[in-house]
Amino acid sequence: MALPDIWFVVMAGLFVGFFVLEGFDFGVGMLMSFFGRAGGAESERHRRAALNTIGPVWDGNEVWLITAGGAMFAAFPDWYATMFSGLYLPLLLILVTMILRVVAIEWRGKVDDPQWRRWADLGIAAGSWVPAVLWGVAFAALVRGLPVDAEKQLRPGFSDLVNVYTLLGGLTTAGLFLLHGSVFVALKTDGAVRDDALRFANRLAIPVTVVLATFGLWTQLSYGKTWTWVVLIVAGLCHFAAMTRVWRRTGEGWAFASTCVVVGALVVLIFGAMYPYLMRSTIDPAYSLTIANAASSQYTLTIMSWAAVVFAPMVLIYQGWTYWVFRQRISADRIPDPVGLARRR
Amino acid sequence: MDTLDVSRWQFGITTVYHFIFVPLTIGLAPLIAGMQTAWVLTGNPAWYRLTRFFGKLFLINFALGVATGIVQEFQFGMNWSEYSRFVGDVFGAPLAMEGLAAFFFESTFLGLWIFGWTRLPRLVHLACIWVVAIAVNLSAFFIIAANSWMQHPVGARVNPDTGRAELTSIVALFTNNTAIAAFSHAVFGAFLTAGAFVAAVCAWWMVRSHQDEKARTMFRPAAMMGAVVVLVSAVGLAVTGDVQGKLMFEQQPMKMASAESLCHTETDPAFSVLTVGTHNNCDGVIHLIEVPYVLPILAKGEFEGVRLEGVEDLQQQYVEKFGPGDYRPNLFVTYWAFRAMIGLLAVPALFALTVLWLTRGGRIPRSRWFSRFALVTLPTPFLANSAGWVFTEMGRQPWVVVPNPTGDPMIRLTVADGVSGHPVGMVVLSLVTFTVIYGALAVVWFWLIRRYTIEGPQEHDSEPAPPLPPGGDDVAPLSFAY
Repeated sequence: MALPDIWFVVMAGLFVGFFVLEGFDFGVGMLMSFFGRAGGAESERHRRAALNTIGPVWDGNEVWLITAGGAMFAAFPDWYATMFSGLYLPLLLILVTMILRVVAIEWRGKVDDPQWRRWADLGIAAGSWVPAVLWGVAFAALVRGLPVDAEKQLRPGFSDLVNVYTLLGGLTTAGLFLLHGSVFVALKTDGAVRDDALRFANRLAIPVTVVLATFGLWTQLSYGKTWTWVVLIVAGLCHFAAMTRVWRRTGEGWAFASTCVVVGALVVLIFGAMYPYLMRSTIDPAYSLTIANAASSQYTLTIMSWAAVVFAPMVLIYQGWTYWVFRQRISADRIPDPVGLARRR
Repeated sequence: MDTLDVSRWQFGITTVYHFIFVPLTIGLAPLIAGMQTAWVLTGNPAWYRLTRFFGKLFLINFALGVATGIVQEFQFGMNWSEYSRFVGDVFGAPLAMEGLAAFFFESTFLGLWIFGWTRLPRLVHLACIWVVAIAVNLSAFFIIAANSWMQHPVGARVNPDTGRAELTSIVALFTNNTAIAAFSHAVFGAFLTAGAFVAAVCAWWMVRSHQDEKARTMFRPAAMMGAVVVLVSAVGLAVTGDVQGKLMFEQQPMKMASAESLCHTETDPAFSVLTVGTHNNCDGVIHLIEVPYVLPILAKGEFEGVRLEGVEDLQQQYVEKFGPGDYRPNLFVTYWAFRAMIGLLAVPALFALTVLWLTRGGRIPRSRWFSRFALVTLPTPFLANSAGWVFTEMGRQPWVVVPNPTGDPMIRLTVADGVSGHPVGMVVLSLVTFTVIYGALAVVWFWLIRRYTIEGPQEHDSEPAPPLPPGGDDVAPLSFAY
């Protein structure tokens, strides 16, 4: 396997990390207000219990995206340049809402005021819903092909980005993240919040299964390789395994491990469907950005490989350790009283 | 306004916003680590309360630093795609390594630090904040090495087949003299910012609570610590600034000529303190106040016999070398940004000396002018940092990759050739969006920092966290929850 191919796999790996880890972060963010509603009189504590399941880890999870962006810049500069200048408006929306999510999570508890918290919850919801949908749309558009011209420029029309397939892609990622997030909360909480999380997962099960199966089969039949059938089947089996656990309302650990595999398999399916293109041109296949024609020099890829070999295992180890340190379940009654300052003195 | 202007404004605005919050993070993380170390070593609860107090301010600031940083990672591709294509092979590497080797560390270990107060053994918890402190500085090194490559490209060549710059030596890139000088200068700037922040906040609190015990046990030592950090950093800034200046005279003569509004080549020119005129690139620049000898020393470390090239002469040379074009930066901005950066250093330095004098021998100052002085000092390091970066970045115009006088002359790119070919309306949309959102968030940030500073160390922070048996807090309330 040549270095550019290896780096295509590394990019897929970084996006697997991003989708699996941010997937449940987005899911928690999307579901936070539902947990609040289900909590009745204890609404605020339930919201906070849900949010604090990702408390110590969401920032580190987000770095997977930042690093994927940097790695794309280093390993496939043309892909980075074409994709981010071409998908300008979706990326702008993703960035703006992710900014809001970061500050909303960190600043939410700083002021003890209902209106302040409503604004923060709005920021968290926007920063979870919008990227959850748009990343699916963007990757579906990549798989489907985009009008890249002879100068490697991309000026997509409306229908290149918004069509049945890409919308289905957005629906798939959002639905899968909702399910992934609710299973994660069920695993990380105790008491009423856990029951709510399992109820959400139950309600999501059938619609998500339908959407996921449709998108997976469509992708496989239109763009798949022979070997990606394996990925699709693994995803299907794990999804089924997760669903049986959710129905029985027990074994969240296995259910969560299964949804992790499903999310990861979706990313592998998408990258497998793209291979060997990074951006397939719908104008003329010869204009496409491929792994071969968009990669950096051999030297840069070698240096980056060394950096990845040294640092990636460390990242996995200490991020894993963080999850171990905060492995205890959280229940609503373990959430401390708000310590934020009053809005006015 | 065309796409180029709008894109330049956007990058300038988003970067300056980012670098309001960044130096405070870079400098404050080690100071907080120092405070917590002092508590762990001495058991003195005053340091514990200071750690918690500044830790809160640090986190409020860190959030906005992260939020404004996300945009930077993608803005190169969005607005500067032609630049990204040309330099990606070189420029991408430090960016990706910054993510792998620094961002992961700081974000993960900060999470451990925030939530681990009663969950981790005390020494492990202390190690977490030290990892954060080292990682934030490491990330600064990676990104400044990337920026320094744009100012003084080394370790690369242009591949004639692809027309792209290609990395030939990562060691050369990371040991770039510009990178080392710029990194140490920026880090001293960050430490000065954080030192002045700690000193000013604690000085203000010391005056406010001068009858209280905590003025003596808590705010006085912290203010003195901040003041010492400021003074050491000020010396460091002067030394590294001098080194950087000498490098620039050699490697980016146009930038330094503009910093001096030196229009024509002269031997032993005087240092200009005040200049009037339209500054419209040498049309009608009048030097009013000048100091002899200073400039030759700054440039070469010699009193006389130093020949410095002027803007107009350099312009002619560049036209001969690189073809027709205007190679002059905006003289007004470079001239005044340079002076603002240096001049603003005086305020925190003077303040630090005042703090050390007024607290000598156990004294607690109580004068109102002193607490006002503290408040006036607070914004000055931030302004100096911004001025310095505005000078550095606008001084390299019109280049985005400045040709290295002793490197591959083909490695050069003007900003006009680096910008994406977007319709102007789309870039205006993102410019307005980012400016409005960042503006609103900066207002909230300022309000939160002010509110938490005025509130001071909280009651529930007054007692050190009890050491817990392993796993003994499985039912206790969390020590921290968002």
